[in-house]
Amino acid sequence: MGSAQQLHLGVALDGAGQHPAAWRVSDVRPSALFTAAHYLAHAKLAEAASLDFVTLDDTLALQPGGEEVVRGRLDALLTFAAIAPVTSGIGLIPTVTTTHTEPFHISTAVASLDFASRGRAGVLAVPSRTEAEVAHFGRRTLPSEVDAEAENAEVVDVIARLWDSWEDGAIIRDEPTGRFIDREKLHYVDFEGRFFSIKGPSITPRPPQGHPVVAVYGDSPYAHGADVVLADEIRGARERFPDAKLLAGLSIVLAETEQAAIERRRALEAYAPFPPGPSFTGTPAGLATELPRLAASNGLDGFHLRPAVLPDDLALFTAETVPALQAAGAFRQAYTGATLRDHLGLGVAANQYAEA
Amino acid sequence: MPKQVKLAAHFPGVNNTTVWSDPRSGSQIDFSSFEHLARTAERGKFDFLFLAEGLRLREHAGKILDSDVVGRPNTTTVLAALSAVTTRLGLAGTLSSTFNEPYEVARQVASIDHLSGGRAAWNVVTSPDAWTGQNFRRGGFLKREDRYRRAEEFLATVRELWDSWAPDALVGDKENGVFARGIGRFVHSGPQFDIHGAFTVPRTPQGQPIVIQAGDSDEGREFAAKTADVIFSRHGSLESGKEFFADVKRRLPAYGREPGELLIMPAATFVLGDTEEDAHEQAREIRYQQVRPATAIQFLEQVWSRDLSAYDADGPLPEIDPDPDAEPLTWGRVRHEKDPLAVAAKWRAIAEEKKLSIRELVIEVTARQQFVGTARQVAESIDEYVQGDAADGFVLVPHLTPGGLDAFVDDVIPQLQERGVFRSDYTGDTLREHLFSR
Ligand SMILES: Cc1cc2nc3c(=O)[nH]c(=O)nc-3n(C[C@H](O)[C@H](O)[C@H](O)COP(=O)(O)O)c2cc1C
Repeated sequence: MGSAQQLHLGVALDGAGQHPAAWRVSDVRPSALFTAAHYLAHAKLAEAASLDFVTLDDTLALQPGGEEVVRGRLDALLTFAAIAPVTSGIGLIPTVTTTHTEPFHISTAVASLDFASRGRAGVLAVPSRTEAEVAHFGRRTLPSEVDAEAENAEVVDVIARLWDSWEDGAIIRDEPTGRFIDREKLHYVDFEGRFFSIKGPSITPRPPQGHPVVAVYGDSPYAHGADVVLADEIRGARERFPDAKLLAGLSIVLAETEQAAIERRRALEAYAPFPPGPSFTGTPAGLATELPRLAASNGLDGFHLRPAVLPDDLALFTAETVPALQAAGAFRQAYTGATLRDHLGLGVAANQYAEA
Repeated sequence: MPKQVKLAAHFPGVNNTTVWSDPRSGSQIDFSSFEHLARTAERGKFDFLFLAEGLRLREHAGKILDSDVVGRPNTTTVLAALSAVTTRLGLAGTLSSTFNEPYEVARQVASIDHLSGGRAAWNVVTSPDAWTGQNFRRGGFLKREDRYRRAEEFLATVRELWDSWAPDALVGDKENGVFARGIGRFVHSGPQFDIHGAFTVPRTPQGQPIVIQAGDSDEGREFAAKTADVIFSRHGSLESGKEFFADVKRRLPAYGREPGELLIMPAATFVLGDTEEDAHEQAREIRYQQVRPATAIQFLEQVWSRDLSAYDADGPLPEIDPDPDAEPLTWGRVRHEKDPLAVAAKWRAIAEEKKLSIRELVIEVTARQQFVGTARQVAESIDEYVQGDAADGFVLVPHLTPGGLDAFVDDVIPQLQERGVFRSDYTGDTLREHLFSR
């Protein structure tokens, strides 16, 4: 023991599960997807197993599909804000659309999620590439993929500048001089990018983690810049993201026997094909054997798991796969730090404006 | 039954009201502070908690203002988080109609309404200035005269989105595989917004979340009369409150609305003492803590538009006149005084008559302490204002964060309840029910 690689594990809490027909076979009531309780229950499952984080996808348009799939959703960041004060260990990484949302609002919203969760916030920065979203804003044309990714990287850059625009300890409450803040510790960011400019400083002080964790999907060839990269296509990903934590996307269909898992998968496929992307169908123990092997042979830091059906596959994963990984020394026994950066081993975020 | 008092708790953000030097003054940022105020307000059966918004740090004479409380978290994020630690309290947030888009605001407010089970409110403000615009992609694109044009169409568009899912659109029929049917379609074509598509949020528990308006001009009042559920006003005194109340309520019939459909809630501060003298003594001390020498000089500089740093705050007002043509020295504060020469003349007259120093004058002219006295006296006054149609209720602004409402809830609320003018428990679940069910 001890020599095994420690994996990082995140779980997607989208809809009633990853499979389009999950909502039909899950015990979850469809209307529950529009309540905080649903996300809290699943985040608590992940937290009890000391997983690194949960994610929640989002866009500024309806999910594609027809009457038979889950459509409609609440704002992901606000949904995670609504569970932040009543969870204590789990990292919270909501998706934020960077193409239409103001970067200034993104920065303060993620910082505020970090305050409400006491250092467990992240953000999955995702550009928008749909005509539907353009039509909802009515002020720009659809950007090309390369431009959308470049703008995404610009947003990632400027939100960190805004987080840094208040140095730690800028609030001094100095009675003798009557100063509430030390304005020398506040900085205009004066950001002039290709896509927008921002004066700064932020209206929100630097959040507990300094930099909440920034994640991106690494599947676009133009994606760059982030602490964490989530990717289905892992070939070549390590070379493209040498410094990031690289987590492979993996859908999971679990059952006590191999046969039962295959049957569960078939039952789902009778409704609709399985979504594209890597998936695992088998036993929780089999998955525990597979994950360290996959990580070692592909240079991965861990996995972003997508339970096919919630809570079923998440419950089996946390009840059985996680203990098996722990027994093999491949996963922590309990949280060893308080923040999401701690969980991911990201270290302290340097402030780009503070004097060294 | 006497008219029932409406109450909201203001969490002071960036401001010069909070006495930050008091040892009891806590963080204005940490979530625990918001949680404390929200739980206190809910314990007191308040209608809602209220958050203001400012999107750029205030500046004075080219520098970030460092004497007042500075820094605040993101409004919608805080409200969503508060939904986790409260069950009945309404959650009201200020969001500018200038630096946001209708689709986003509709979605955020609707999301909070779902997450809180029907407790969301949006205070629609119009921020016109290009100075704030420097923090946004769209920049300072809005002319002052256009801001209510945008605000009005913005709100109408948001409401179209809120209405776009039929109440029964979320079918959830597992057997036949119908999750949702005929959902969220909208087309809005107008001079400000030309958008179409489908909204992502099902109809919310309140259907229409509560809309608050805070502008004070004629256009602002007209906008409120036409569309808002609540006005947050700055007319807290008995006389100006009555005048404002009458003016706004008079505008309602033109829009086919009853006086009871628009509630007027001025901002109000309060100081509670064991005796009346004690309360007044405390109030005096609080004023001196709020208006420090540097604050007093900065306050004059706002009107004078000149550097007055050489003046002694404990000395007389400057002999020189304001520079009416200069650029304002202060950015990020709403200016309600339009003619600086007239203001200066008025202040000089007051200072002369009452023999006031600069600091004393500033304390005098910014006196905003509405309710000062024992708990019983404060309850009496509030009741008197409400029964006398100076207000429908108040947005209370404590001078201490986060514990400034504790004593009010412990001591004044029972008095109001005894008088039969405030609820002893919530009778509904949604903010709309708190505000409008009889
Ligand atoms: C009591 C009150 C509270 C206000 N709160 C805010 C606020 O939190 N954020 C903001 O940007 N503007 C705020 N405003 C400014 C108004 O939205 C508006 O821009 C300003 O009053 C000028 O409009 P008017 O000429 O109609 O009064 C407030 C105004 C009043 C009267």
